[in-house]
Amino acid sequence: MVRSGTLILNAAARLLLPLQLLFSLFLLLRGHDEPGGGFIAGLVAAGGFALYLFALGRRALSEMLKVSPRDLVAIGLLLGVVSMLPAWWVGEPFFTAQWWTIPVIDFKASTPLIFDIGVYLVVVGSVLTAITALVKTDQEDDAR
Amino acid sequence: MQLAVLGGFVVAGLAPLLHHWFGARTPLVMALLPASLAAWLLGQWPAVASGEVLLLEWAWVPGLDITLTFLIDGLAWLFAMLITVIGALVLVYSGEYLRGHRDLPRFLVVITAFMMSMLGLVLADNLVTLFVFWELTSITSYLLIGFNHTDLAARKAALQGLFVTVGGGLALLAGFSMLAVAGDSWSLAELTGRGELLREHALYTPLLVCVLLGAFTKSAQFPFHFWLPNAMAAPTPVSAYLHSATMVKAGVYLLARLHPALGGTDGWMITLSLVGALTMATGAFLAIQHTNVKKLLAYSTVMALGTLTMLLGIGTEGAMVAFVAFLLAHSLYKGALFMVAGILDHETGTKDVTAMGGLRRVMPLTAVVAGLAALSLAGLPPLLGFVGKELMFESVLEASAWRPLILLLAFMAAFLTLAVAAIVALRPFFGAPRETPRAPHEAPHAMLAGPALLAVLSLSFGLAPGLLDPLVGATVAGIGVGARESHGAVHLALWHGVNLPLLLSLASLLLGLLAYRHWDRLRALLARLEPLMARGPEAGYEALMAGMVAVAGWQTRMLQNGQLRNYLVMTLLVLVGLVGHALFFRHTLALDFSLAVYLHEAVVAGLMVAGALAACVMRSRLAAVAALGIMGFSIALTFVLFSAPDLAITQLLVETLTVILLVLVLFRLPRFATLSTPIERLRDLAVASLTGGLITLLMLSVLAGERLPRISDYMVENSQPLGHGHNIVNVILVDFRALDTLGEMFVLALAAIGVYAMLRFHAEAYDARRHATPPERDDG
Repeated sequence: MVRSGTLILNAAARLLLPLQLLFSLFLLLRGHDEPGGGFIAGLVAAGGFALYLFALGRRALSEMLKVSPRDLVAIGLLLGVVSMLPAWWVGEPFFTAQWWTIPVIDFKASTPLIFDIGVYLVVVGSVLTAITALVKTDQEDDAR
Repeated sequence: MQLAVLGGFVVAGLAPLLHHWFGARTPLVMALLPASLAAWLLGQWPAVASGEVLLLEWAWVPGLDITLTFLIDGLAWLFAMLITVIGALVLVYSGEYLRGHRDLPRFLVVITAFMMSMLGLVLADNLVTLFVFWELTSITSYLLIGFNHTDLAARKAALQGLFVTVGGGLALLAGFSMLAVAGDSWSLAELTGRGELLREHALYTPLLVCVLLGAFTKSAQFPFHFWLPNAMAAPTPVSAYLHSATMVKAGVYLLARLHPALGGTDGWMITLSLVGALTMATGAFLAIQHTNVKKLLAYSTVMALGTLTMLLGIGTEGAMVAFVAFLLAHSLYKGALFMVAGILDHETGTKDVTAMGGLRRVMPLTAVVAGLAALSLAGLPPLLGFVGKELMFESVLEASAWRPLILLLAFMAAFLTLAVAAIVALRPFFGAPRETPRAPHEAPHAMLAGPALLAVLSLSFGLAPGLLDPLVGATVAGIGVGARESHGAVHLALWHGVNLPLLLSLASLLLGLLAYRHWDRLRALLARLEPLMARGPEAGYEALMAGMVAVAGWQTRMLQNGQLRNYLVMTLLVLVGLVGHALFFRHTLALDFSLAVYLHEAVVAGLMVAGALAACVMRSRLAAVAALGIMGFSIALTFVLFSAPDLAITQLLVETLTVILLVLVLFRLPRFATLSTPIERLRDLAVASLTGGLITLLMLSVLAGERLPRISDYMVENSQPLGHGHNIVNVILVDFRALDTLGEMFVLALAAIGVYAMLRFHAEAYDARRHATPPERDDG
């Protein structure tokens, strides 16, 4: 049921995915000051991938993603844990936020941002894990 | 020292690597670790002997007042010395006993880890540290009893030992917590100085009960003695080390250590001396029913542990001297005897003493060692065991409570132990030679060295007990009985003159020899008691375990029956109960019914209600989902109306994803069915109304007044200056409450993995079934 995308859906998915990903990144980065943030951005990105999956199938998605969604979850958790370490390095209590300014582009990097990226990856990874697992069994059922 | 102990764990972990380099010589290499620790301890002897208490400070978790400080006084020194010296000997011995065994590296890892845990236990000054090491010894003991993990009996015995000791450990943790509260310190060095405060404290009785439970289970006191003989499923070096010389003495050590803090009250004295005497008699009585040499020795260990507890209970200075002498004597002879038992098993292939005979011709050296050690066990001169037994009788005559009963039990234990000693030392080595499963040879040197050294020590300390005076004095000072100045006044002697203890010894010798001569008949007689024995404490343990499993099964069927509706009902009822209790009993209800609603707000709320109602009455799944969707979007709309854009976006996205997930699962679900009876639907209605009503009340009462200072004010004020962000929701999520978010990330990840695993393995099982059913097609 999922493989048979129509031409319009296929084309739309291909065109929309980059836009949705760009939008999700935008939401992720502005999240600290404007509505947005890792959770919302992750949901947007997952929605984009889900559309792509419906249009072109699971194999096309995994070929494009290159990494398994479960690995995304793992990387996200790792980033979440890593983001609390810099505070230890400067001798402050566990999880104290650290802020640095990257000189040339005047971008404010921080451990909360790293943490938010972790949230983003966990959300994308979790949703995709669930959806691809469901689709996978669907296709196996169809094959029989 | 702390570094040495912690490093010892690292060395334990390196054992497989060492085994790769040194092969069969690895145990010898690893024996260097306890040997060098023993040498270091020996270097501290002058200070310890002069009555000094060494405190090696080391902060561990300063915020919680947990330290890794080690305390070395006479008591700790004696135990540490026994652990390291016997540990080194056992490692050398096990190299030969387990030569070529596939799992030798694993054995070395665990036994070295045990050694370090035990050392940490007797040296620790902090209660928490002591407890951590205490539990570590239980766990390593579990791994060692179950060393032959393919054997069901070994696994069962290991689990039994673990449950009993760890169950006691749980009580001990409670006892320690109360002790720390009552004494206002976690440090043993400080607590032992506050005995009067502790004994007067209201918590004294409960904390004593908990601490004693911990110590009694660990040291296999009646009625918890049954796990120790079962633990003999372990390889013999383990039995020699853990289950006679060291671990089972941890409970006794703890009692001795806490004696100045808790001892001296009637409760302490009566409990300890009665339980100890009972254990002593039970152990000796059960011992002579067995023909398995390891079981014989195990029950006599139970007897010895009972003796030690009883002596602590009597509590006079003479009893403490007897305690130390008996402890040392027992560690020496029992270690030696267990290693001899291992040699017999190794050489003849059987553990049954009635199947052996005449071995003194083929194994003369082993016979001599066994004889010496058994003489000490029997308490005959000129060995250290005799000194210990005489002192024990002397102390029993000093006992203040229940003297006749304790004396009777002690006498019974003494003569039965003598019979056990005779059985172990005479049965295998004398009489006519017998066919054994393996043709016996003299044991290799590495296996004989340990028991021989221990037996010779028993003999020389017995001939010159004066050598032990300073050690016994320092240890008794560590237990804190008698004034510090009096130490050095302790004199051990082999010959006390003709007195009551000597007469008791003589009588027990005669009775014991009689029991040995008629052992076979005695055993047949005792075998008739079997049905009574089967109702002992072990049956209680079995019943308890079976009951626990039954209750677990019942409550799993009740709570986790696989029906989502039941889970929901349970969760909601708990929510209603807890929130309702807090709302009605902790606060006074003040409701605010002033309704000032705009029309568009009322419309949105009406949509929500309509969606919920529709979802309940719809007869088609798709329609119900659509109705729920209406509700979801109305909620998002509410967020927009009350200017919470973040929440609104999230709600919308979640609704969208729900649609995606539903598209995926909708076709796989069975037809829409009504699964509940009308009564169940009424129950569900009641639960739903309760929940809804309560939450409404909660909302109204929250609106009615400012009960608590608003935490959101803090967030609003500090979001920019502290969190460098204008979006308060996000700052809370990733900065103020980042730890919570991290926890939620893990929950989300777990949920995803759960979904994956469930679908994946379900599909695989389905596959397997499909491929199994039509085999003809493959052939065709």
